[in-house]
Amino acid sequence: MASVGRVVLVTGVSRDLGLKFARAAAEHPGVDRVIGVDVVPPRGDIGGVSFVRADIRNPIIAKVIAKEDVDTVVHMSVIATPGSTGGRTTMKELNVIGTMQLLAACQKSPQVRQLVVKSTTTVYGASHRDPAMFTEEMEPRHAARSGYAKDVAEIEGYVRGLARRRPDVSVTVLRCANVIGPEVRSPIADYLRLPLVPTVLGFDPRLQFLHERDLLTAMCHAVATGQPGTFNVAGSGVLPLSQILRRLGRATVPIPGFALGQVGNTLKRFGLGEFSPELRAFLTFGRGVDTTRMRTELGFSPVYSTVAALDDFGADLRPTGGRAERVLGSLEQRLDRAPAFVGGPHSDLPDLSDLPEAPGGARD
Amino acid sequence: MTEATGSRRSVSPTDDSVEQAEVIPIGSRGSRHESEGDVPPPDVDDVLPPPGATGSDRFVLSTEQWRGLFVRAATEVFGEAWEPQLARFLAFLRRRITGDYAVDEFGFDAEITQRFFLSALRPLAERWFRVEVRGIENIPTEGGALVVSNHSGTVPIDGLMTMVSVHDHSGRFLRPLGADLVFRLPVIGAMARKGGATLACQEDAERMLGQGELVGVWPEGFKGVGKPFSHRYKLQRFGRGGFVAAALRTGVPIVPLSVVGAEEIYPLVGNIPSLARLIGVPYIPITPFFPLLGPLGLIPLPSKWLLEFGEPIRTDEYDAGAAEDPMLVFNVTDQVRETIQQTLYSLLMQRESVFR
Repeated sequence: MASVGRVVLVTGVSRDLGLKFARAAAEHPGVDRVIGVDVVPPRGDIGGVSFVRADIRNPIIAKVIAKEDVDTVVHMSVIATPGSTGGRTTMKELNVIGTMQLLAACQKSPQVRQLVVKSTTTVYGASHRDPAMFTEEMEPRHAARSGYAKDVAEIEGYVRGLARRRPDVSVTVLRCANVIGPEVRSPIADYLRLPLVPTVLGFDPRLQFLHERDLLTAMCHAVATGQPGTFNVAGSGVLPLSQILRRLGRATVPIPGFALGQVGNTLKRFGLGEFSPELRAFLTFGRGVDTTRMRTELGFSPVYSTVAALDDFGADLRPTGGRAERVLGSLEQRLDRAPAFVGGPHSDLPDLSDLPEAPGGARD
Repeated sequence: MTEATGSRRSVSPTDDSVEQAEVIPIGSRGSRHESEGDVPPPDVDDVLPPPGATGSDRFVLSTEQWRGLFVRAATEVFGEAWEPQLARFLAFLRRRITGDYAVDEFGFDAEITQRFFLSALRPLAERWFRVEVRGIENIPTEGGALVVSNHSGTVPIDGLMTMVSVHDHSGRFLRPLGADLVFRLPVIGAMARKGGATLACQEDAERMLGQGELVGVWPEGFKGVGKPFSHRYKLQRFGRGGFVAAALRTGVPIVPLSVVGAEEIYPLVGNIPSLARLIGVPYIPITPFFPLLGPLGLIPLPSKWLLEFGEPIRTDEYDAGAAEDPMLVFNVTDQVRETIQQTLYSLLMQRESVFR
């Protein structure tokens, strides 16, 4: 598929990840032109990307594809939260109807040779009946009934439909784990940035991350190699949420699962993020995905493991917790400075004079 | 740590001499402490108010006294070499609270399991149930293996005891497969994952066995744990033989395990099915002591336990497609079930009495 002078159409360039990918693709030597499509123009430097203002929800997109001789379509405009777009209805329309229109246009266009769709591991859902690691063949234990997860499941269904009807088009679906990075705005990234992080009382979900840069590399890799199929894309390893919050030094407050929705509504009122049903399930039961196929068939290995991605995310995040850690640290220093314990309880240990407070402090 | 807290708490009494008398640890493993006489009387210029002091100088303790108390408490908890011990413990605590540790993809936290979960369960296994382990050599020293056990006792304590016994006698961690109910419950579900458990499903079983883990499975499930006392030591149906298929696919040996003693810890004499259905649990147990005696009824009866690991049943001799042959799977399932049932009968014959 890697013919010289390819024309790549990227949807969803008004958002950060879409624009970054479009710019990266424009610099790729094998790519002639990159056309960015969205309903609103992207903010900031668009580099070598030519922006076309078009709504993928109506048939104009077919004209763009035909006029510009597009041979590769990269679909990145599936959104996770209604956010600024309005309500859930608009979100669903953008996601599902938009994808249908885009796929219909691809099917009609004889030039289109390749389709890459950025999907998400949210498609597997999160429940107490989940296997530890999802492989690509596995279905969600409970089919999503609403929201983002349902949109993605429907979108993937339509994409499979196109792959069936146009066997000459190589279709790659990348199911990406939660993307984090210093600049990423996503439900989970916003959640981890909260100064006081609410957790679900009594649950410690396993989370898996994909670094923003690895996402862009994976997308470029998929476009360059044209390997068809569905692939989980995620950093290696999983982290329990408790460990994540400790590493980030966040202060936490455990909240019973049923009250989390209320907390989410309050947060939403202050514009601090929200807890969609998928996010609530994710924060209760967590999810892990198997990435064997990504490494063997797709031939891609992320640079950042889950831990490395998290550390990069947390590098310039100001800790809000970690009081216990500081107490312990100072205590350890005192012990190091103290003279060796030789003379039994009588030995002179001036540094330890105020230590009786410490073991209590260490336990919080 | 608890002892340290205890002796610190006992400082609060108002009278100075009473407090001095109270903090002397009885039967301490350290040397006797002669420091009491050396501690100078409280000096008004050199005092620290203890936590919660109201300002009255009847409550104050001198720095020297504080230090003496701390050193005594530390010696009590960590022994004579308390200082490096305490430093190590603090370093461990610090590593935990900064999140500097690793869990595997199933959420298994080996450090916490070894240091806390197993340590907490060990006295129960060794002192209360006096677990006796036989045939531990049947557990392979390395590589995947599937331990299949009978299930009983109203509350699945037998699984926990098996984990402790396997770890202490073979040095390997037993990775239990749990029902989905376990992972739906708060706290218990999270602890189960940290302790090495995962969901009892084909995918996870094969994944764990494929990674060379020692996996434990209780195929009777709730039918086994929640059976009435009158049905004790009668094996229930062994699921659908999914565990055999998993072992066949991964080619690991099946080690049958027979547990005697767990049936008697909470003799289940009744059940409230309607209430159980309402709450969404498999059964609500009624034992001779629960709910009659309230929380006291939750104390398990101290029966004597026998764990016998049987000879491993090899599965690597079958063809590749053996797991797809239902007849073969049923046969192997029956073989495992029969082995466990026969061993149970012979162990019961050898047992002197329930509690001895």
